[in-house]
Formats: sequence, structure tokens, C-alpha cells
Amino acid sequence: MYQILRKEMLTPAICRMEVEAPRVASAAQPGQFLIVRADEKGERIPLTISDFNKEKGTVTIVTQRIGASSADIISMEVGDAFADVVGPLGLASEFVEMAPEKLAQQRYMLIAGGVGTAPVYPQAKWLKEHGVPVDVIIGAKTKDLLIYVEEMRGVCDNLFICTDDGSEGFKGMGTNMLEKVVADGHSYTQAVIIGPMIMMKFTTMTCRKLGIPATVSLNTLMVDGTGMCGACRVTVGGKTRFACVEGPEFDGYEVDFDEAMRRQGQYKAEEAAENEHHVCKIGRG
Amino acid sequence: MLEATRCLHCKNPRCVGACPVSIQIPEFIAKVCEGDIRGAAAIIAQDSSLPAVCGRVCPQETQCEGSCILGIKGEAVAIGKLERFVADWCRENPDTDAQAVAVPSNGKKVAVIGSGPAGLACAADLAKWGYDVTIFEALHKAGGVLEYGIPEFRLPKDSVLKGEIAQVRRLGIKIETDVIVGKTITIDRLMDEEGFQAVFIGTGAGLPKFMGIPGENLCGVFSANEFLTRNNLMKAYREDYLTPIHAGKKVCVVGGGNVAMDAARTALRLGAEVHIVYRRTEAELPARKEEVHHAMEEGIIFDMLTNPVEILGDEKGWVKSLKCIRMELGEPDESGRRSPVPVEGSEFEIPTETVIMALGTSPNPLISKTTQGLEITRRGCLVADEQGATTRPGVFAGGDAVTGAATVILAMGAGRTAAKAIDAYLQGK
Repeated sequence: MYQILRKEMLTPAICRMEVEAPRVASAAQPGQFLIVRADEKGERIPLTISDFNKEKGTVTIVTQRIGASSADIISMEVGDAFADVVGPLGLASEFVEMAPEKLAQQRYMLIAGGVGTAPVYPQAKWLKEHGVPVDVIIGAKTKDLLIYVEEMRGVCDNLFICTDDGSEGFKGMGTNMLEKVVADGHSYTQAVIIGPMIMMKFTTMTCRKLGIPATVSLNTLMVDGTGMCGACRVTVGGKTRFACVEGPEFDGYEVDFDEAMRRQGQYKAEEAAENEHHVCKIGRG
Repeated sequence: MLEATRCLHCKNPRCVGACPVSIQIPEFIAKVCEGDIRGAAAIIAQDSSLPAVCGRVCPQETQCEGSCILGIKGEAVAIGKLERFVADWCRENPDTDAQAVAVPSNGKKVAVIGSGPAGLACAADLAKWGYDVTIFEALHKAGGVLEYGIPEFRLPKDSVLKGEIAQVRRLGIKIETDVIVGKTITIDRLMDEEGFQAVFIGTGAGLPKFMGIPGENLCGVFSANEFLTRNNLMKAYREDYLTPIHAGKKVCVVGGGNVAMDAARTALRLGAEVHIVYRRTEAELPARKEEVHHAMEEGIIFDMLTNPVEILGDEKGWVKSLKCIRMELGEPDESGRRSPVPVEGSEFEIPTETVIMALGTSPNPLISKTTQGLEITRRGCLVADEQGATTRPGVFAGGDAVTGAATVILAMGAGRTAAKAIDAYLQGK
């Protein structure tokens, strides 16, 4: 179970894997996520689902090396197997459940930042398949950190690339790119923003300025992913919500991003200590 | 064995009546007296599939031991300790010939959702009667609350729990972990596509409650579920496991139940000074007396008649202190317990690094939301009759998912009752 069938490094720190998980694949929908555990001693790590193949019974996940646990995942090779892959978790994107007549009136702008580009892909793909107009902005610090560019081109109407240093596409951040696209005459009924928390905060502010409703996908801390632990608590519209079962997508206008960012860093001290001592033991029996 | 000889072997054993699964207590104790420990285990096994667990975590003082005749004038027979001894002895001295073996299958498939006490008890009975049983577990390990909730010092996982679950597997029961019914698959699909003719829902009460006071989303505020799951299921207390846990130097645990005691004693073992903050007095603590006694003995500080009103944070968004108000006991409420009333103007702060909310739990709506025809109560509990039948034919339920948070043994009892109902239902089909 949960064998890695394909693996490729998209950048030196970002890895894509296709993993056997028939039950998860058969139920997965855009917007949902899953939890993996590399081995017996590993953490349960929530990851977005960047693609799924119901016939083959596989899911595709994209991992960025951040700490000890993600480094362990990236060190795994084709033929290795995860101890656990569980999901799909969270609710599907709003458009999946939307009435066809309402869907027909939508024009989507999907804004992806860094590794958040991966979960944007199945959303664009779904919208394109259902004939909904969809444009995508992919933003990254620099050219070498851009991922999913070619794949995305095939599933959207217009693809806009931007890099902070101008090494590829428009020079500037996703917020600047969005302002330019709208100034150039494009208009949207809904934006979906997926990326680092800080990027989602500022892009939401830009959307508000431009009058575009914004949905964000929150990558909070989680343990079980089923509503049991409450580690994923976020304040949305003044109310406490559990991102794992009530999200991960929320109305960006209502999210308390500052609190969400603080909560995301809750175990930084413990993790820093772990990273210092951690020696990867995966594959050594 | 000396303890076993104290049993009077009452003609009308009140202990059996007080046991939620009706273990034949005088009979198993008689076997212990004869030195036939394996015989004693066989008698317990007729009614309980988790004796090593129950010997440890059952509230015997209000059940079997609480109704023991000897207890009226002196000490009740230590039934729980005897049960634990019998189970532990048999695990350590396995009799390879006489282990429970799978009986021939009758070809009828039953799905059990949740591998906690209710699910394990239900599955064990059904397997003994020849049903082809698969247990679906959402987490990566079987055991439910026995795995994620109850700490190692109260229930050793690798020896005791693993042993009991292995025993259940020997009955031919399949356990499929990493399957969240309601997400990974639905009950409808299990019945329509995978051929399960009946389903038992034993998903417990896993959703944590919070107080709804300001500051609850500060860093350093955790549900007892999160704290205990990190510690127990994810083994964060061990250096070689990667999952982090945060206790800090000082911890306040809010609540007075068994879970509060477990969280407090866990935090203590992580090196913190620990306070239990509870709005009534020691007499009203809902935790077992034994657990309160252990907690006090270990040095946990009990701040009684104290109720949090706000959690205050520092400039970085971390907990700084717990603002509380003094309480006094007023008139008894509907439940007969004297209800606590705030003493006006008595607010004060307890400086603390961590706050753990142990206020009880409620059932998870993942299944009721995704299953046609399954009714729930206003409190989110599944509606089921006394036999465990829900409002949907072929779907049964029991344990905390029906009653709200209760005990391991009551859940096991409900699991067994539902097993009988499932058997009757499938016989009639």
C-alpha cells in the first residue's frame, strides 16, 4: 500500500510524487487535502492533493523541504512506501457543488504562490473541463522556483507568470500581477488564492481593493485532520472554525491572517531543536 | 490468589448485575482460587474481549466493586485487579493451542466503523458467531480512545493494548486503518458497492469543546484531545518520534474529568508545574476518585471553585495568564449537583505558559452528515434504540457516538448489545 510509483524533483527543494492510494483517489475532489506519514516515527503531515487518477488509483502530492519531516518524505524513492496516506480531507472547492446555471456565470482567477501552485492545478483542470473561464497567475521568488508552468498552460485560458526578481515573466509579486491583469481589461467574479499565509493575506487585500471576492486555502497545523484535535483553529468572521473539516477553503475577506500565521508557527522552537539533531533514518531499516 | 479467596460467591451476585458486559465474576474468581488462570480467562472472554484494558480503566468502584457485599462493612473484593492479573498472566504465558481461533465464516459481511472499545467488542462477538467482519479505523493505529486518549502510564500500549488487539485479529477480524468513513468512503458505498449487509457505528465522541472565552486561539492553548493525541498516538514524549508537543514550565488544565487528570499527569511528566482549574469543589470532580488521588499524590495543584473568564496573551500572541473568577456553590440544579455561581469582583490571574481545555467531547458529525436517513439528536448524538438500531435499516450504533462521552466499559456493553441486534437482523434477512 501507498507505494511511490513516480518521483521527480521540480526544483532542488520541491518534489512531486505519484502515490498508490486507491481509496483516497476514488473519493478525491479539487480543494481537498490528505495526510501522510512517512514511517512509524514520522509526523502526520497534511499535504494538498495536486492531482488524482481514479482509474489508476493514485494521488499526486507535492512536497517542499521545510523541516525534518518534509526532508524525510523527499528522501523517499520510487518503490518505497508511505506508512500512511489518509483522506481525502476537508471540503471540496465551492465550485464543485455549485448549481450549473450559477457556475455558467463565473469567471475565475486562480492565484498561486510557490508550492501552492500544485493544488491550484486540479482546480483549474476541473474548471476547464466544465467549460468555466479560468485564468491563472503563478508567482515565485525567482525563475528556478516556478513549478507546474507547462501543466497549467494546458488547463487555463490565460496564464500569467511573475517573479519577484523578474527572471521570468512579469517582474513583481502576484498582487502587482493581478492589478496589471485587471488594469489590462480582464474581469473576474471570483479569485482563489493558494500559497504561503502571508501571500494569501496580501493578495486578499488586493482582491478587496479590486472588488473581487477571494477564497483562500489555509494550510494550518493539524494532527488527525478529522476535527478531533482543534490544532487547525482559525478565526473566520469572528468565529472559531476548524480548517480540517470546515475548510480548508474560506472567504479570505473574513480570515484573521495574523492570528493564523502566529498559530502556524506554534511549534517553531520544538521544530528548530529537532532539525538540528535530526538524522534521516528512512530506508535504513 | 489470597484476594480471590475473599469472594463469598453470592447466590445472587450483585457484581455481575453491575457490570455493563455482565462478566461472570464469581465464576472467574473461583477459577483463580483453583489456580486455573487460563480457565478464569476463558470465563472472562465469554463476555469481554478487552480484559487487560478493563481491569485498568473501568470505574470498578461504581460498578462491580461498588456493589460487592463485602464492601458494605469493609473492603470490596479487588475485582478489577484480579481481572487485570488474569489477562496479563495469559498474555505473558500464551497457550498456543488454546488461542481464540477464527470460526468458519457464514459469508455475511459486517462493517464496523471505529476500532475503539465499542467497535472492538461488537466485532469480536460477531466474528465469534461466524460473521465476516472488517473494522474501518480513521487513524493509523487501531484502538480509538485507548490509543490516542488514555496515556501510556495508565494503559501500556505496546504490551497491553497491542496484545488485546492482536487477540481480536486472531478471531479473523480485518482491521483497515486510514479509512475515514464519511470522507474516504461512505456508509452507502460500503453497503451498495462493497457488499456489507450491516454496519455498526462506534465512532465515539471525538470533537473537543472549548469555552468560548476571549483568547482561546492564542498560541499555547490546546484541547486535551490535541495534547493527548500528540503524546499518546504520535508518541511526542519520545525523543525518537518527530511530532512536537508543547507544555512549558507551567500548565493549567481546565476541567475535572478523567481526561483532565490524564492531560495533567501527562504535562507533569513533560516537566511542567500543573494546575487543575475546576469551577466546583473536589467533591463534584467527575473524574474517578482513584485518578484524582493519583494526580494529587503526584503533586498536581487543584484550584477548585475557579472558573476561567479570559486567556491573556503577550505581544507575540502566546498565553501569558489565565484570568479566572472565584466561584461558590449555589442551589442544586436539575442534575442535583450544586451549581457554581461567580463571586462578583473576585477576578484574578494565574500566570501560565500553556492552557489545556478538557471540557468534554461530542460525537463527530462526519458520518451523520454523509449518510442518508441517519438521525441525530440536538447534541449531535446518533439516534438509536436500546438495541443499537439507528433510524436507518441495517445500520446500528453504540458507545459514545450515541450517548456522548462516557466510559470504555459502557461502550463495550453497547457494542455487544448491538452485535446481538445485528445478528438478529441478519438472521431474519
